[in-house]
Amino acid sequence: MNNQKAGRFARPAFGADMEEEDAMVLKKTAVAGTLESSDVMVTVTPNPGRGVEIELESEVKAAFGAAIEAVARRELELAGVEDAHLLLRDKGALDCVISARVRCALYRAAEAAYDWTREDAL
Amino acid sequence: MRDSKLLGSIREAIEAAGLKDGDTISFHHSFREGDLAVGQVMEAIRSLGIKGLRFAPSAVVNLANFSLADCVRDGTINRVEASGIRGELGDGLLDGSIVLPQPAILRPHGARPRAMEARELTVDVAFIVASAADERGNCTGQIGANPCGSLGYSFVDARLAKKVVIITDTLVPYPCCPASIGQRYVDYVVEVEQIGDPAKIGAGAARLTKNPRDLAIAQQVADVIAACSLFREGFSFQTGAGAISIACTKFLSQRMAEQRVTASFALGGITAAIIDMYDAGQIRTVECSQSFDAVAAGAILSRPGVVEIDNADYAGACGKGIFLDRLNFGVLGALEVDVSFNVNILTGASGRMMGGLGGGPDVAVGADVSIVALPIVRGRIPSVVERVEARCTPGDTVACVVTQAGVALNPRHRSYPMLREDLAKSGIRLASIEELCALAYSITGRPQPMTYTGRPVVKVEYRDGTILDVLQSHTVE
Repeated sequence: MNNQKAGRFARPAFGADMEEEDAMVLKKTAVAGTLESSDVMVTVTPNPGRGVEIELESEVKAAFGAAIEAVARRELELAGVEDAHLLLRDKGALDCVISARVRCALYRAAEAAYDWTREDAL
Repeated sequence: MRDSKLLGSIREAIEAAGLKDGDTISFHHSFREGDLAVGQVMEAIRSLGIKGLRFAPSAVVNLANFSLADCVRDGTINRVEASGIRGELGDGLLDGSIVLPQPAILRPHGARPRAMEARELTVDVAFIVASAADERGNCTGQIGANPCGSLGYSFVDARLAKKVVIITDTLVPYPCCPASIGQRYVDYVVEVEQIGDPAKIGAGAARLTKNPRDLAIAQQVADVIAACSLFREGFSFQTGAGAISIACTKFLSQRMAEQRVTASFALGGITAAIIDMYDAGQIRTVECSQSFDAVAAGAILSRPGVVEIDNADYAGACGKGIFLDRLNFGVLGALEVDVSFNVNILTGASGRMMGGLGGGPDVAVGADVSIVALPIVRGRIPSVVERVEARCTPGDTVACVVTQAGVALNPRHRSYPMLREDLAKSGIRLASIEELCALAYSITGRPQPMTYTGRPVVKVEYRDGTILDVLQSHTVE
């Protein structure tokens, strides 16, 4: 499932005010998602020079911890973010939900507007 | 005139019964989460400083006024045998934070009478909570300030325990009528302020649902039952107390009305939905091993065809006959089922203790058509998997799995030829169990297999005493 989707976002479009080649720059801590069942609350914090750090709290960590982290890392790669601290407070979210929440939190942290036309082709 | 058996306090009864270090004590779980007596007894035992007890109730449920885990931590209890250990103790055993010298033994309801009759489980003192009793020990769960209905799980304790203590909050003039447990079994009677809260009996396993997914599954189960050739005048069924089960009872009632069939009996843990069907003339007799809510608890007294039955008569593994032998349809809840139809009703993907065995394994082997009803996924957790985390019910005893995404028949089940023929005529969409598993994984991803290598903490016994599975703690020591 993940692999099928990866192609769609291989060249991510960023906000209109950003150059397409530019990596996303995180400016502040931002949150997306809720603590409701089947959701995940994602907190993105700039982490300059310290790489990607992912903290995962999940009831299904034993069975799906690696899968959840992989989805989060893919979103970071798509956005070109190399330094970020991610806190994922997972309540059993599916991959598509995790993707959406992480991406939303990244855009908020970068104070970038999301280009909704990139969803039109799907 | 013979003396009264009435003693002034639980503490006095414990002393009179001669409870000592290392003994075995038992309780029933008829009040479920509304029980207030187990906590009072354990408090008295702790105050007497008795240690190293084997705790062997018919089941352990989450209790507000009593922490089984604390009793294990302070050494009051060092062995546990029950049908489930949901809550702090179960979670603690699995995560390794609580240690018992020996693994806890979990048995389905039908195995407990067998183990007691075979003296694998010998109870020194049975504390039997009754909502009304007289001073000689005749007692019942049906009248009094806080009725709990059937006392069916404690009959075997009354018969076989060395000492029997009745705990009540409603002392009635001799003789107590009706009486479920007779004076011949009883050593002591104690009156306490309150034994339990009947309003909370339905708080745990028993609950109603408005969840459209669960309703869809329940409807599908009723459709499967109604499509069977065994669904005919005089059939029998057990639906239980899970959310889907109760909804299924409602849908089954509709199908019975439409097709003008009535049931000879409904069995097991009884809910208000079953009593409604009895009142509507849809069920001739209701055989209650347990009353799952206050309505069902009160129904035995007021309705001649609603009767209390001994757990050994319901499900006992080695008697001369049990009601389950004559059961046509049994609907079972589950956490997981695997592609070999093995059922897990104990542990979740979270690594926690999520349920108890109850009568599930018994009903599965007894019913002609045993139906496991469950959603295909719960959140991110697939319910149809390659291999269950804990094998509680052997797959060969499961006839059919019903999910919202399809119905899978078990080709190895004795009723398979009949079911295949019946359902082919009905137009119900069938899938293979492998297809259901693949569908679940397509939504959630394939879970990483969880292999735990800590100490063995729970033995899962089958009806005949066979060890079906051993659960290990999640930490390596």
